[in-house]
Amino acid sequence: MLAPNETNSADGPAVTPTALVVRAQGVGLTYQTADGEVEALSNVNLDIAEGDFVSFIGPSGCGKTTLLRLIADLEKPTAGSILINGVTAEQARLHRQYGYIFQAPALYPWRTIERNVTLPLEIMGFDAAARRERVERYLKLVNLSGFERKYPWQLSGGMQQRASIARALSFEPALLLMDEPFGALDEIVRDHLNEQLLRLWNQTKKTVVFVTHSIPEAVFLSTKIVVMSPRPGRIIDIISCDFPRDRTLEVRETPEFLKIAQRVRSGLRSGHSYDE
Amino acid sequence: MTSSRLSAARPAEIRWHPTVVRYAPVVVIVLALIAIWYMAAILMNMNIVRGAFERNDTSYTTAELIAGTLSAERPLLPAPHQIIETFGDDVFGWPVTSPRSLVYHSWVTLSATFLGFLLGAGFGVILAVMIVHARTLQKSLLPWIICSQMVPILAVAPIVIVVLGAIGLRGLLPKAIISAYLCFFPVTIGVVKGLSSPDPMQRDLMRTWSATQAQVFWKLRWPSAVPYLFTSLKVSITISLIGAIVAELPTGAQAGLGARLLAGSYYGQTVQIWAALVAASVLAVGLIGLVSLVERWVGQLMGARK
Repeated sequence: MLAPNETNSADGPAVTPTALVVRAQGVGLTYQTADGEVEALSNVNLDIAEGDFVSFIGPSGCGKTTLLRLIADLEKPTAGSILINGVTAEQARLHRQYGYIFQAPALYPWRTIERNVTLPLEIMGFDAAARRERVERYLKLVNLSGFERKYPWQLSGGMQQRASIARALSFEPALLLMDEPFGALDEIVRDHLNEQLLRLWNQTKKTVVFVTHSIPEAVFLSTKIVVMSPRPGRIIDIISCDFPRDRTLEVRETPEFLKIAQRVRSGLRSGHSYDE
Repeated sequence: MTSSRLSAARPAEIRWHPTVVRYAPVVVIVLALIAIWYMAAILMNMNIVRGAFERNDTSYTTAELIAGTLSAERPLLPAPHQIIETFGDDVFGWPVTSPRSLVYHSWVTLSATFLGFLLGAGFGVILAVMIVHARTLQKSLLPWIICSQMVPILAVAPIVIVVLGAIGLRGLLPKAIISAYLCFFPVTIGVVKGLSSPDPMQRDLMRTWSATQAQVFWKLRWPSAVPYLFTSLKVSITISLIGAIVAELPTGAQAGLGARLLAGSYYGQTVQIWAALVAASVLAVGLIGLVSLVERWVGQLMGARK
């Protein structure tokens, strides 16, 4: 059995004393349904340091999205506590400390790409000049310069998702929460966007929390992989990955990569044994 | 075997022009309806015409009888050409300010329709906004709104006219209010649906940006409701026209399409009634066209697919 709820695995790199962005302690969430109580998450302990790229991986129903939503204060835990940069998740949300990216782009169809990206800025009261400057900068960062005046339906799915990433970046949160952002895209587009995301993470030094059910995606992107298991949703392993920050897709062919992927897979398998 | 022989026997295939293919069914149906109408007019007016001939003790041939049924002054069912003739005469034969002009009457009804529509649509939207934002209102208001639509308007209209008349409101406004009473309902239902239409993801996004309720409304809910609003408005504007006409019936109005219908039925002027009905349908088509035009324009502003 792998040690659960471990904040840093023994073979990981030495922890530098960076600030904790997310600290979850004893977090649990129990839903009341018509059939009684359903425990979506149980006793989750997790620390995420500044600059980390943390992936939550697990089968559906393991609570990975729920955990992300708890960090985002889109749901409230029924047990334990979550601190974001030392304040509660709710305060963090009210102070717009994170950008959230959903599985679907969720762009507003009646707004151009440009005005979709400026939407959070409008809401947060940025002036027109600042909005223009941010749109230009972040559309360029996600390679969408020149598409400012297009409507979402005129863009491919991958481009739409890139626009939604630009939207989340536009107000410059230090923390990005991504819920299977590339799950609906085909593998070729996905690989491409993964590389772009990595480059973006490396350039902006943001902390990223990333939900996925793809093992290669998790291993390729992360500095830390959180393996989760269902019924009740819980963390069964936390694996450190220390590939260089500017890794390329080729890293997926290395023995180190395969070793980590193997550890993730066996973790997922041990979690699955509960199913029978 | 059989099929090959059949295909060999078939003459060269006729290729119809696309315009013909497109409009032929419509034309055929319209022609059929007109034919049925003429038949019905002949049959229904037969007795009147025969009675007239017999009263005057004149002999008549079948041809004369049929001609008589299609040109009677007060037929049970006027023939289409009579209606068109009277309609044309009523519309173009008089100055538009004359009480004999159908344009004048149409305008009277139309002004009540517009005012009623504005009041009704405005009220409908406000009601919808309140219902969407307060759950208690949804429970307490919705039954009353539905009840309001079950009351027969013909029964309510005179009451409204009398009550408003007692406080000195006459003419346009009472008619507009009755029209509004009828037409707010589809707007409320449509806009409630539209305002609740943004999916959870879009609402969650607003939450992650900690948007205020007003921002969620103006930047998400309201734009999402626009397509629903226009669908409702198209239903609502025709109802509003019907409301304005109905409001003219029990009030002894001197002008308006409703007054025209009423006068027609008092004096047995069936052709006049039908001409007024044609005017009402022309107005209805025009009004829906107007709303569709605005819808298209707004759609373009909101980046709808062409």
